[in-house]
Amino acid sequence: MGLAAIIITPMRDAAERIKPPRALYTNFPLGLTLGKPGNADFQHKVLRAAFNLLEETQGPVISDFPITISSTVSEPLVCSLPPRVNSELHPAIDEAQALKAAYERARNKNKRTSVGMKISPDDIPEALARFAKIADGDHWDEVGFPDNSMHGTVHDIRAYYEELACELAEGPIGPWATERWFYDETEAGRLILNARRAMRDKNAPHPIWFYLAPGARQ
Amino acid sequence: MDVVDNDAAMRKFAAGMPVPNFEETSFTRPKPLSSAKVAIVTSAAIYREGGNGFVGNDFHYETLPKDARDLKLGHLSPNLDRGGFAADINVAYPIDRLNELAEKGVIGEVAQHHYSFAGNQPETVSELRLDTGPQCAQDMLNEGVDVVLLTPV
Repeated sequence: MGLAAIIITPMRDAAERIKPPRALYTNFPLGLTLGKPGNADFQHKVLRAAFNLLEETQGPVISDFPITISSTVSEPLVCSLPPRVNSELHPAIDEAQALKAAYERARNKNKRTSVGMKISPDDIPEALARFAKIADGDHWDEVGFPDNSMHGTVHDIRAYYEELACELAEGPIGPWATERWFYDETEAGRLILNARRAMRDKNAPHPIWFYLAPGARQ
Repeated sequence: MDVVDNDAAMRKFAAGMPVPNFEETSFTRPKPLSSAKVAIVTSAAIYREGGNGFVGNDFHYETLPKDARDLKLGHLSPNLDRGGFAADINVAYPIDRLNELAEKGVIGEVAQHHYSFAGNQPETVSELRLDTGPQCAQDMLNEGVDVVLLTPV
């Protein structure tokens, strides 16, 4: 006997074309396969709908989960940022250093971190300094990023901020809330967007600058 | 500030991508769920602390022991809500939920091993279809897995 497979997918079009044996289509934000972080009841509803597909006698079959989670309508993250500590530092570096304790608390509590794809938490101030140089007009090849490390470095910076935000935030974490907080509210996120725009405006190869933030961001 | 709907942009982009054509859908009916062994296969590129993670054009998979919680999100795309995983691994890897279902007898057993691939793949997904995908399936068959829950990211 083989494996009975069920896929929980946010891409109905792909399921219609690929025809997996059993597909539960979920109109959820991408990355939130089970819908709501921290909400076990909701996640169990999704799993129940998925496992119910095992009752089907033939396939392929696609079922639509009846609840939609909006990607654009959610409570903004309520997460205060620290006041400036050292005005001689770039604001993003000052901010990242001031938030270190919150990040460590989150990591110790959750016993995990996604930081480490390319850099360690201790390297984040230096990485932000490199992005500051790019934002100020320096060529991206000359600021000291090792080959093919820029995207992973941004993921590490973003993970650092998003993990500490989950620790500090009041209330549930809504869809895309940490991403919006990071790029719209924090000095580090705004710096990365500025560096991205600077690279774009200097005709950097598209793959180099484009993936430093979600594609729909300008 | 206008809220950017990145998901709509990504869905539109994905709708235009070619997909592999399978002439036949493999449809297996398992034993009753209450006695079935269930494994998760995710494309969230999850890996363990100390591991090498994933790189571009990466077709390998990580094997995750069921009790492992030192998990990292190694997905290379910025076009997903990465904060969800930061808050709760179960949004992409519902291992705690499966354990709860096993305790209640809804599922027979949680597999000892679960698997993670990288979601960013070439459009033919040839290497997954012909090499590492079948290898992963064999690993699950060797363990006696009955039901696979796929959580693409």
